Amino acid sequence: MTDLSFLREMARKLRVEILKMLTKAGSGHTGGSLSAADIVTALYFYKMRHDPKNPKWEGRDRFVLSKGHAAPLLYAVLALCGYFDVALLQTLRQINSPLQGHPCCKSLPGIEVSTGSLGQGLSVANGLALGLKLNRSSSRVYCLLGDGEIQEGQIWEASMTASHYKLDNLCAIIDNNDLQIDGCCREVMNIYPIDEKFKAFGWHVIKIDGHNMEEIVAALDEVEKIKNKPSLILAKTIKGKGVSIFEGKAKYHGVAPTSEELEIALKELNNGKN
Amino acid sequence: MGKTECILSMSKVSVKDFFGKDMATRDAYGHILVELGKNNPHIVVLDADLSCSTKTALFAKNFPDRFFNMGIAEQDMMGTAAGLALSGKIPFASTFAIFATGRAWEQIRQTICYSNANVKIVATHGGITVGEDGATHQALEDVALMRVIPTMTVIVPADAYETAQCIISASEYNGPVYIRLGRAKVPSVLPEEYNFKIGKAYVFNIGKEVNIIANGMMVAEALKASEILNKEGISTGVINFPTVKPLDEVSLLQIARSSKLIITAEEHSIIGGLGSAVSEFLSENYPVKIKRIGVKDTFGCSGSWKELMKYYGLTAENIVKVVRENLT
Repeated sequence: MTDLSFLREMARKLRVEILKMLTKAGSGHTGGSLSAADIVTALYFYKMRHDPKNPKWEGRDRFVLSKGHAAPLLYAVLALCGYFDVALLQTLRQINSPLQGHPCCKSLPGIEVSTGSLGQGLSVANGLALGLKLNRSSSRVYCLLGDGEIQEGQIWEASMTASHYKLDNLCAIIDNNDLQIDGCCREVMNIYPIDEKFKAFGWHVIKIDGHNMEEIVAALDEVEKIKNKPSLILAKTIKGKGVSIFEGKAKYHGVAPTSEELEIALKELNNGKN
Repeated sequence: MGKTECILSMSKVSVKDFFGKDMATRDAYGHILVELGKNNPHIVVLDADLSCSTKTALFAKNFPDRFFNMGIAEQDMMGTAAGLALSGKIPFASTFAIFATGRAWEQIRQTICYSNANVKIVATHGGITVGEDGATHQALEDVALMRVIPTMTVIVPADAYETAQCIISASEYNGPVYIRLGRAKVPSVLPEEYNFKIGKAYVFNIGKEVNIIANGMMVAEALKASEILNKEGISTGVINFPTVKPLDEVSLLQIARSSKLIITAEEHSIIGGLGSAVSEFLSENYPVKIKRIGVKDTFGCSGSWKELMKYYGLTAENIVKVVRENLT
């Protein structure tokens, strides 16, 4: 039996760390870090095989944060897993910090590949998945994409590749919070229907509520059973999820909380403490 | 070209077999890659629907499980190559130079170089000698585009023998490498005892007045030019500079100390390539008069490659003319 309440509590802690580090940094991407917090919690605390004491362990599952601007989310989960000291999170975006504005694999353990320029992560995930297959490894690859990110043409090149090479050890997850910097995805450049597009490209598609831990866990279990094709978990999410003053607001895509906002946010998150 | 026509041979070859051979550098690549594949199971090859032209089709024929045709999608190819490298493979990614370095530049910068992924980008059809296909397919900026990215090593071999050697060296080196190859047949220029090392220039001879620093197919032209100039009594040397980055600064200083005039010669724009690299270093460390021979900030055009070499001044005759005009 999966301990869903443990996962929910870890997701809450993750949100607290994300907001604290963003406020300290004074800049960074709040909305998209919070929207994917539940998914990333389930990956690191439930599904993925990984060893924080041995980040390069051959048998690990790989995670590619294609939406690299959600770096605070990745840093927070790595710290809570024990890859490095949680105190390091307070150095986010500062000079000489390994916690670069966007993830750099050369400066921090646990990061598979440097990301930040949107549209490139799925190709890398494909390459990892192909390499793992060549190595006869049972490791799996998870790739988190933003929804606005799929406006990049390279995503569709990569989605063809994943299907062409039958990468059933690959699972892409779209954080479908429906907002990008300039506004609603539908209005900036319509990306819908996402599920039909990926189905047409030969993917197995699962639609879930990206904040429902039970659904997230079930989807992550399901994709392991799919053979001969890649899987996509299309997760409907809310940008800024978990803090009502940030929820559903495009403004918080690339803006850090003020200290007043942090106080309000922490109060709300701490009220939800188990 | 039919599938069968592009398969040249599958007999066993070694690096020495390329010595003395007049052949296109891309052909040497295709053959040596198969040998590399036999000796190292981690070698994988990617191509973007040009495997018959880049000659990776030979590898594909021999090792179908380690060859990935990515279709006409260079950006995805570079990202996939990075992923393969990060899973412990040694990927060689090939397409035409213009698409590799132009279309996929940002993928190379962000995903390959910033992650220090061990990817070898071996691009063929560099330069004007692409010929009839014209400007859209003639990469005259590729060396500049690759040279500017941190961590990237940039190599432009002169003949088949050097190509075979630099492909092997690249496979043994850990980090991103760009190797630029050509379409047209080039004469053998390097001697049998030649031993390619990344970052090392090869001195044919040092002139007391003029030294020509060249790479790629311009090495052969430089050698012809030096013969003419030496006969005229102008002491002229030729130095092969296959590695544009990292630059062999030690050799450059020695050359500069012995030169009244340095000529750089490359089948590339005069902006950003070998000539620029040499000028940047020497202007700061040992200023000496330098004239750069290359394509002068213009697009190419259609024509036979031999005509185009003349048209753009990439000939021994033009090197001689530039030396005469500038040696005072």
